[in-house]
Amino acid sequence: MTAAPLDYARRAWMKAVFAVAFLFLYFPIAALIVFSFNAGTRGVAWEGFTFAHYVKAYGNAQLHEAFVNSLVVAVVSAAMATVLGAGLGVGLQRFRFSGRAAFESWLYLPVAIPEICMAVALLAFFAALDIDLGLPTVIAGHVAFSIPFVALVVRARYRRFDPELAEASRDLGASEWQTFRRIVLPYLAPALAAGALLAFTLSIDDFVITFFTTGPGSTTLPVKIYSMVRLGVSPEINAASTVLIALTAALVVLASRLQGRKALAP
Amino acid sequence: MDDSWRAADDWRRARGTFLALLGPGSAWLAVFFTAPLALIWLYGFSESDRFGDPTFVPTAENYERAFEWVHLAIAAKSARIAAEVTAISVLVGFPVALGIAFAPARWKTPLLVLVMLPFWTNLLVRTYAWIAVLRTRGHLNNALEYLHARATVAADALGLPGLFGVFAPLDLLYQESAVIVALVHLHLPFLVLPLYAVLERMDRSLLEASLDLGASQWRTFRAVVVPLAMPGLATGALLVFILCLGNFVVPDLLGGTDAIMIGNLIAQQFGAARDWPFGAVLSLLLLYATFLALWLRARLARGRAT
Repeated sequence: MTAAPLDYARRAWMKAVFAVAFLFLYFPIAALIVFSFNAGTRGVAWEGFTFAHYVKAYGNAQLHEAFVNSLVVAVVSAAMATVLGAGLGVGLQRFRFSGRAAFESWLYLPVAIPEICMAVALLAFFAALDIDLGLPTVIAGHVAFSIPFVALVVRARYRRFDPELAEASRDLGASEWQTFRRIVLPYLAPALAAGALLAFTLSIDDFVITFFTTGPGSTTLPVKIYSMVRLGVSPEINAASTVLIALTAALVVLASRLQGRKALAP
Repeated sequence: MDDSWRAADDWRRARGTFLALLGPGSAWLAVFFTAPLALIWLYGFSESDRFGDPTFVPTAENYERAFEWVHLAIAAKSARIAAEVTAISVLVGFPVALGIAFAPARWKTPLLVLVMLPFWTNLLVRTYAWIAVLRTRGHLNNALEYLHARATVAADALGLPGLFGVFAPLDLLYQESAVIVALVHLHLPFLVLPLYAVLERMDRSLLEASLDLGASQWRTFRAVVVPLAMPGLATGALLVFILCLGNFVVPDLLGGTDAIMIGNLIAQQFGAARDWPFGAVLSLLLLYATFLALWLRARLARGRAT
């Protein structure tokens, strides 16, 4: 069969490239998930289905603690980053001031710089101030790297806001606060939710910054997985990893649903 | 100029709102982002006392050390590994991006999601997944052993016993190749997405014109598609390169004893070696290299636009 010109997708070699690329992308992750249910502990041969590794991982007090820590850090940092980032997103869109361009470059800097630079800088900073490393220091770092992402998402939506709606509200006698509370905030709601979810996902997933700002008792799931991996391969790690994959996948699905609704919103 | 200027208020007309909106977020970033970086910058000119605590002197010794041969060699090795990862990502990612851009409309979103999904899988989890694939008794060696057993049976049947010898598992893990494979796996989406974005917007009539004028498919690809895709390709390649350069988890877990990249060297200074001033300088140099790359990219983009 001869393919039409430009019809790259239908060529046999293209299908082969796709197959190889997706096998490469998915095989390691698929194998990891499948073998989290493997009854054998040697790991390479399939010896039957079991939930035992999940039960064991659940009963592992340290793993359990790490999971709870991850959730606490993600919830708190996402909430804080959403409030702070949304303020920046709205403020940047609404006001003009001298040095706005420079301010914006500064604001988006945490996105651009290598994670390890920010991580070691935070470690040095907390040490210099004699602040003990723990959940608060991890959260402080997570809020800092999430703020620009929330600001971007919120600003993108506020850009399409019709300022006449706010003017109408003020003309009808609403105060600045009432206008914000009743008109602007509901309009921004989908972007706030999307930004919060993004911040939550970034936080749950972060390893590098957490690794350098975490102290005893404040280990998160990725950091715990790291220390387990250093000791060797075990099906328990597969189970913990699968839980983390499932959690992130659920968040991404939720976020894409939200984006869909955002597209439908006025 | 974007239309935001049209709607923008002068901040002096609503100082309270202005400060309430921009103040808290800026303060947070100033304290937990800018101040730490400034501190690191100061540490770069400090020396560690015998307890490893930095004292501001000032000295240029840390910068001099960073440019010693041992450390330059690690920097060069990191750059080489990052460049190899980038090259492989381009070779794999270009056909994938092209395939998605030219796929039937209903396939595009699912295919893009398929490329994106691994990106949302945790860095550690994906690195760990490669250990299970590559280790001596891992999935890849397991598959090879199976193929070897089959081949041996076939050889025996053909009257050639012992043709394939005894199976010996390959040493795949704790090698530079393992680091490269896992880094490609981690960063491929960063290349495919910007590339797809330009290929999708590309004017198809230019390709048709090239083909109508008698150019072969290959020549059309080389002389029309690749130049048009250049902005996306440059963005993606640069992203992959920068992200690989600073990675320390993958070489740490998958590399051999000599698999040290800049990221590992930095992590060591803030860990076991406890030489924070030197680590500070290394991380600043990595930061400057990143800015240089981003600046070059911006310049190239401007050059093309005019």
